Amino acid sequence: MRICGPKLSLCGLIISVWGIIQLLLMGVFYYIHSVALIEDLPIEEHYKTPSEFYAAADRAYSQNAMNCWIAALIYVVTLAVSTWQFYANSRASSVN
Amino acid sequence: MGSLFRSEEMTLCQLFLQSEAAYACVSELGELGLVQFRDLNPDINAFQRKFVNEVRRCDEMERKLRYLEKEIKKDGIPMLDTGENPEAPQPREMIDLEATFEKLENELREVNQNAEALKRNYLELTELKHILRKTQVFFDETASEYHEILANRHSQLTTTFSSRPFKYENLRVKFLNRCQMADSHREEEQLNLLEDGPRGQQQQNLKLGFVAGVILRERLPAFERMLWRACRGNVFLRQAMIEAPLEDPSNGDNVYKSVFIIFFQGDQLKTRVKKICEGFRATLYPCPEAPSDRREMAMGVMTRIEDLNTVLGQTQDHRHRVLVAAAKNLKNWFIKVRKIKAIYHTLNLFNLDVTQKCLIAECWVPILDMETIQMALRRGTERSGSSVPPILNRMETYEDPPTYNRTNKFTNAFQMLINAYGVASYREMNPAPYTIITFPFLFAVMFGDLGHGAIMALFGLWMVLKEKPLAAKKSDNEIWNIFFGGRYIILLMGLFSMYTGFIYNDIFSKSLNVFGSGWKINYDASTIMDSKALQLDPAHDFGRTYPIGMDPVWQVAPMNKIIFQNAYKMKISIIFGVIHMIFGVVVGLFNHRYFKNTMNIYTEFIPQMIFLIFLFFYMTTLMFIKWTKYSASNPDPHSAHCAPSILITFINMVLFKKSTVLTEACETPFMFAGQEFLQKVLVLSAFICIPWMLFAKPFIIMQERKKQQHQPILPFNGEGQDVENSGAQSVPPADQSQTGGHGNEEMSEIFIHQGIHTIEYVLGSVSHTASYLRLWALSLAHAQLAEVLWNMVLQNGLKTGGAIGGVAVWAIFAFWAVLTVGILVLMEGLSAFLHTLRLHWVEFQSKFYSGLGYAFQPFAFESILEGGGSSED
Repeated sequence: MRICGPKLSLCGLIISVWGIIQLLLMGVFYYIHSVALIEDLPIEEHYKTPSEFYAAADRAYSQNAMNCWIAALIYVVTLAVSTWQFYANSRASSVN
Repeated sequence: MGSLFRSEEMTLCQLFLQSEAAYACVSELGELGLVQFRDLNPDINAFQRKFVNEVRRCDEMERKLRYLEKEIKKDGIPMLDTGENPEAPQPREMIDLEATFEKLENELREVNQNAEALKRNYLELTELKHILRKTQVFFDETASEYHEILANRHSQLTTTFSSRPFKYENLRVKFLNRCQMADSHREEEQLNLLEDGPRGQQQQNLKLGFVAGVILRERLPAFERMLWRACRGNVFLRQAMIEAPLEDPSNGDNVYKSVFIIFFQGDQLKTRVKKICEGFRATLYPCPEAPSDRREMAMGVMTRIEDLNTVLGQTQDHRHRVLVAAAKNLKNWFIKVRKIKAIYHTLNLFNLDVTQKCLIAECWVPILDMETIQMALRRGTERSGSSVPPILNRMETYEDPPTYNRTNKFTNAFQMLINAYGVASYREMNPAPYTIITFPFLFAVMFGDLGHGAIMALFGLWMVLKEKPLAAKKSDNEIWNIFFGGRYIILLMGLFSMYTGFIYNDIFSKSLNVFGSGWKINYDASTIMDSKALQLDPAHDFGRTYPIGMDPVWQVAPMNKIIFQNAYKMKISIIFGVIHMIFGVVVGLFNHRYFKNTMNIYTEFIPQMIFLIFLFFYMTTLMFIKWTKYSASNPDPHSAHCAPSILITFINMVLFKKSTVLTEACETPFMFAGQEFLQKVLVLSAFICIPWMLFAKPFIIMQERKKQQHQPILPFNGEGQDVENSGAQSVPPADQSQTGGHGNEEMSEIFIHQGIHTIEYVLGSVSHTASYLRLWALSLAHAQLAEVLWNMVLQNGLKTGGAIGGVAVWAIFAFWAVLTVGILVLMEGLSAFLHTLRLHWVEFQSKFYSGLGYAFQPFAFESILEGGGSSED
């Protein structure tokens, strides 16, 4: 069964592979509290005390790490769908 | 010198070929592809040449093959491409080939003609079938009305066609009412006619006829209007669409048609209606009046259609068989025919000698390949069974030989970049080998990003690894072919960009903290909590230098990150630029030495070097001094705020202005003792170079010319004529080499030429140095664009948080990835590529490259077959 064409499935395939690699790594970087990613955290501009800030940042870091891994997992699904579609397309084109 | 740095040494050769052996020899040379033949009969037009007949026969064969190919493509039969390369067939095989093609073509044409006739027949029958079916409906529609009338009038008329006029009149009233004519006068007339109708029917003196036919659907409205106007509304038209499309036999297109039936009164109208039908290309069919006849006819038509279908199927099968058989050999035949044609085309360039026994050719040959060519010629002679070996003679010539740079698949793309600017003059230094390194490097300086570089490198790597299958596909897509042709450039550009991205510490605008930042924060907690922005002082807060590349902490310092990077990137741009330009001038030295232009070394190379080094290389030296001598932790004369601006120092140096002391503590505006004096010396000596470049060469040439004019008087002491001859002989080459191609120019022209050259160089050095700042500008733009894309797109996903955060990241990441490839890698990559190309063509090559040569175009089957034989025409 073919849902998407050969170009779309190839595009999905490439983006999925890229997404899995990058999001897995980004998840790891969030997990180890990488400072380079601090601007991308869902935290406030100001906190009253440093401890409050640290608590919020820690929470945000682990949450973003989870989110990245979830996104990577969805990309695994996308990868599977794209691969299936890609082979369906290539088989269809070789038959014709 | 290796052939990589200069073009091959070429020589003009004369080739004597025996008439019988010529074909085989040229065929061997074509397979070899190392010989460029010259046209020895340029004033003879194509129709007067010796082998014009053979070329024409090949053209004819090619036409037949193209016809076959078209038919094969039309039927969608796959053509077998084995990739094998058959040798050019013997001339006598040409007759066989011709006969084969002739037979095939005739067969195919016959089949096609038959098929077309059958199809036309089929179309007519189908149309007739539809007419019969549709007209039945027209007649049925009115049948009830007809019975009514019958009852009213107690007529004894049987259900024959003679009753139709009555029905027709009734119908016409309806039709007219629908049309609602505005013209009252005409309406009156219609009414009269209407009254006439029944009367006529009663009197039986009015003969009403009808025609039925088929017309293209889009012509129908115009047709209807025309009928109405031409017949003044006295005809009645009914039409019905044929739903299924019909196939036009002449071109195989699907067309939509409509069935129509026209009722009219009298012969005059009949002729008029027929004329109109003819005019609208409507096909008329005989339609019997009686329903039983119609039914019978319909039956007949159906059986005939079935018969036709079987015949058509058989014809198609036969055609398919013929084409499948042809498709197996088609590529092979194409190659053979094109080779024969190329050989005869080449033989046409040759001269016949007086005895008609041998052909004389002139050709350019790389000296290194003389042996291989001799071998190929010997092979050709053996194959033709001729006893006399061909003779390959070297000739002396004053003509400039073609430029031939031997390339492989790796260097080819780089050579193409150079040749796009201009083919090198014969034996000139070839910039391509240096370009292999400098091109990807300068590109990478502008495209520095580890992530984007990795994408580009992976794309290049994929193309390089899949080289053979991808090359075999032979895509027609121009953009893809450009990418594929430059796959090694793309791979190298990607790898170099990964390196510079690592140095800039930029990966998708983020930094990698590999070795640990050297900065530390010495502020206490309250200061940090209270102030909006804090500055770290390198004197106290800086522990150690980051081992390689930029310190990752700069990425989270948005206030002065750009200021810091600008200072760094601008300086390295100028340093790379000056080194690149000096290298260009040095390459020029090799040119002067190779062409024995000793004068050019003294009058151009040395002042050019002095000018560039004393001004611009001195500036880069100042940069290094500034970097090493000044530091934030140093005591005052060499502390950070005492570091003088390089640009101001340089401007002051050229304008002889006094530099001002920055602060009292710094003591001096200079970096080292004696700098002011040194700068004055440097500027003055650089300025002296300008008149040196401007006048030295023309004056020397002038002196030499004067000497030459005196020379003929000299041979008094010798034996007169003999010495004079030798003197005259030795002078021209000396003159040519000494003046570097200015041999016979007028003195004023030499002055003007040299003036332009000097101005170009002096102004060029300034503007080209500034031009290298594009390295900084594009690199800054690239980094900023990447950062904006991250902050505007991907950050939205990452900042979502919560339960749907993962899905948001997933969706937005795809969007960000597409934009990254589309804008940052493709568009920015293209822009950086073009700027790099410009830096090479203008800033680098203007220092030494004249590019006035013409390319070596050997006679090779390979290139002829690739170009589809079109290069021969």
